[in-house]
Amino acid sequence: MLTLAVLLPFAAAALLAFAPVPAGASRAIAIATAALALLALVVVWAGFTPGAGFQAVTEAPWLPALGVAWRVGVDGLSLPVALMSGLLFVAAIAWPMEREVNARQYYAWFLFLEGASLGLFLTLDLLLFYVFFDLSLVGMYFLIGRWGHGEAQRAALKFFLYTLAGSLLILLAIIALVLMTDPLTFDMRELIALQPVAGMDVRAGLILLGFVIGFAIKTPLFPVHTWLPPAHVDAPGPASAILAGVLLKMGVYGLARIAMQMMRETFAAWALAIGIVALISILWGSIVAFAQENFKRRIAYTSVNHMGYAVLGIAVAGSAVTGHEAARDLALAGAVVEMVAHGLITGALFLIAGAFWARTQDYELDHYGGLAGNAPRMMAAMGLASFASLGLPGLASFVAEVQIFIGAFAIWPWLAALALLGLIVTAALFLGMLQRIFFGDRPPALDGFTDLTRTEGCILAALLALVVLIGVWPAWLLDMIAAGPALAFGGG
Amino acid sequence: MPVADLGPEIALIAGASAALLLAMVLPQQRLGWCLAPALAALAVAALWAFAQRSEARLTFSGTWALDGVTLWARLMIVVATALCLILAPRWFARDRRHGEFYTMTLFSALGAIAMAGAADLLQLVMAVLLSSVTGYVLAAWHRDWALSVEAGMKYFLIGALANALLVIGVILVMGMAGTSDYAGLKGLDVSSPLALTGLALIVSGLAFKLGALPGHAWVPDVAEGAPVPAAAFLTVVPKIGAALALYRLVHLFPDAEMLRPLIAALSVATMSLGNLAALWQTDVRRLIGWSSVSQSGYALMAVAVADLAPGALPWLIWFLAAYALANVTAFAVVAQLRGRTALSGYAGLARTRPAMAAALIVAFLSLVGIPPLIGFVGKLGLFLVTIDGGYAWLALAAVLNTVVSLFYYARVIAPMYFADPPGAPPATLGLSSHAVVVLCAGALIGVGIGSSPFLAEALATVILP
Repeated sequence: MLTLAVLLPFAAAALLAFAPVPAGASRAIAIATAALALLALVVVWAGFTPGAGFQAVTEAPWLPALGVAWRVGVDGLSLPVALMSGLLFVAAIAWPMEREVNARQYYAWFLFLEGASLGLFLTLDLLLFYVFFDLSLVGMYFLIGRWGHGEAQRAALKFFLYTLAGSLLILLAIIALVLMTDPLTFDMRELIALQPVAGMDVRAGLILLGFVIGFAIKTPLFPVHTWLPPAHVDAPGPASAILAGVLLKMGVYGLARIAMQMMRETFAAWALAIGIVALISILWGSIVAFAQENFKRRIAYTSVNHMGYAVLGIAVAGSAVTGHEAARDLALAGAVVEMVAHGLITGALFLIAGAFWARTQDYELDHYGGLAGNAPRMMAAMGLASFASLGLPGLASFVAEVQIFIGAFAIWPWLAALALLGLIVTAALFLGMLQRIFFGDRPPALDGFTDLTRTEGCILAALLALVVLIGVWPAWLLDMIAAGPALAFGGG
Repeated sequence: MPVADLGPEIALIAGASAALLLAMVLPQQRLGWCLAPALAALAVAALWAFAQRSEARLTFSGTWALDGVTLWARLMIVVATALCLILAPRWFARDRRHGEFYTMTLFSALGAIAMAGAADLLQLVMAVLLSSVTGYVLAAWHRDWALSVEAGMKYFLIGALANALLVIGVILVMGMAGTSDYAGLKGLDVSSPLALTGLALIVSGLAFKLGALPGHAWVPDVAEGAPVPAAAFLTVVPKIGAALALYRLVHLFPDAEMLRPLIAALSVATMSLGNLAALWQTDVRRLIGWSSVSQSGYALMAVAVADLAPGALPWLIWFLAAYALANVTAFAVVAQLRGRTALSGYAGLARTRPAMAAALIVAFLSLVGIPPLIGFVGKLGLFLVTIDGGYAWLALAAVLNTVVSLFYYARVIAPMYFADPPGAPPATLGLSSHAVVVLCAGALIGVGIGSSPFLAEALATVILP
């Protein structure tokens, strides 16, 4: 079933790439494929037992000489993120294209990207993880470069170069980690059980450094986040939603799955340093976002801030081999919820930003104002998403951030206290953005501004309904995650 | 004498002679028919080599190693040569005397195979000379085109110097060790300064054939000026022979104190220089040439850790195969576009010639090492053995270089895929080059995903002595 969810989008992408399908039909094929992939994931979810290790596992040999095989399976860490990704892909593919050029290839690349993204979260093989990591870069590069606007090619290239540098560091670290096993194996479950670098000092530290830098670029964390704003600003709205909603999660997921679970001792030794980097990202992301006059760029920087929370949660969860178990479980569950919540919320925000671009080709806050009258539905959607993003109780982010902060206060109180400052700045920047877009005097040029269409409205409603649902009734999600010691130590 | 041991090589000579005789009697517009005996000879050579796949012994009084390395060199070189030759008939359709091109190419391929198979220093010298002398002619084939003549001239001047150094090196090593055959040299103490100098000179002579520092300067000129089929051949085939010959050398003297650091240093210098020089090229053929220099640098990584890591040899072979396939694909695309070489000429190619654009993108991404293309499997193996062999810093340097290399490949990919075509679709060469492009691009993906059986075969490779 999981194999189907990964391979189906690839197959459909190949079909669209080579067969002369008309634009309308290719859109229908793409939506249907994404929905089927999501359905496959939901079927797996229906048979999922929380806290019972890796499930729905399938294996097939690929490079037996290296111990590489096609291995897929899910646990409480990967299933929520994969489900969120599957949903967000349906939303992004169904969202109307900004520039209706070459629709067939646009949808082909989107499906290719979906296959790579789901593959990354579902695979249990370290080499396949890297393969999907790289493929996601290729897909996103072509999407930004071809269908973006402004300096799209430049932004796409910067994105590709930065993240390829990160991914190659990860490759070196993976190789160095795997070379510790005999016979060679890239099986994540075995690596988690073996803890190959336990008891080593310098070498383990260097391997961890490779993983942390590589995943920090992808997440992104300060100071290697600079590829993110141009990539977001120049990308088409749906691609931005995927970039923020799905691709950034790969960094956090990798940090949790590989660095935290496979190198428990080393990660614990360096957890505080990772926590401090996360803190800087939280503060830096929010303060810089506050200074942006381009509202898509502003939303982009809040991703740095939010991913900082998620990484802080992971750092707390991996901070000690023993002690403070309850707090660490809480932080880990918080980090996973943050990944899901951020995917839904920021995905929705970037889709809305795409709707603005489709209408005005402008992201400058100064050029907007007084749209509450023209576009009440848009105001409602953007308002709800913004409130969710700033962590209003009753919405999804709040659930996540509360758990991360409680966990962090138990381990590093001063760090958690400083991180709280980020919340205040975020609140200010979102409220300011809403006010300047929707209230005040409306510039005459915006008189013809139209509200959300029905398609756009339905997609946003579905995403935001989940945000509210997680906010008021998080139990089902937390059950699925079931962050116990089993999760922190892998295979929960 | 066990003549049959050299069956594949003799088949090449026979094919070359047949092509030459045919060229003498055919009218100009039929000269392309010389391809037939050449391809037949290559097919016989491949089958014969395959029939000898389980052999592992020295033959011809110990001057020729009939082992796994030779087997793989034969197979890779034969396939690469065939692919390059198929491009030739249409490319040379208006050339007055291209019948000899097939002969010359087959002799050059023979030289490359002999480099990899040599188990004697003098045999190595002969092989390098055969490969070089024919190479000069191939590079300068368009003799009324200044760039082609310049390429041949540069190739010749650098080659003459490098070959002289090689011969001096061989004489020094022979003089100090008292023998020239590998079985006698194996494990011999080479700590005397003269012998070490000799080894270094041999390395620099082979680096010329490999297109690595310090003998790399001919590569971009040949890539730009030589006829495209010859450029594809010269940037690929001698490299395979030279890399394997170098591997044999390090395998002979695993404990020579400065050999590995020297090769590691050459590796870093080569990959860095190749990539930096390629960065701002506006000529696609030169760009591919410089990229081929940097790829030699990667290949040297596996040579530097020869015998230190158990998989160094098979992964070197696999990397060479991946490189050869990707480079031939890139040049085949250039050939199919009738040698179009200005970067601006590639704008909008994805709209006008989608198959060519897709193949070139796949070839470049394979050279970068993006999975699941075959280039990724090769590079993964190189990183694996380099770290395993204790040269992690070399792997790190290769990673930095890979990121840099993506930049210039993207400078070709981006206008191809993102820009609008300036005018009418570019003229193409013909069906045969189109077929080569499609076949190679398909192999880049297909063999990449299905590496496993080939790799299992390569992992069992035996090296003598």
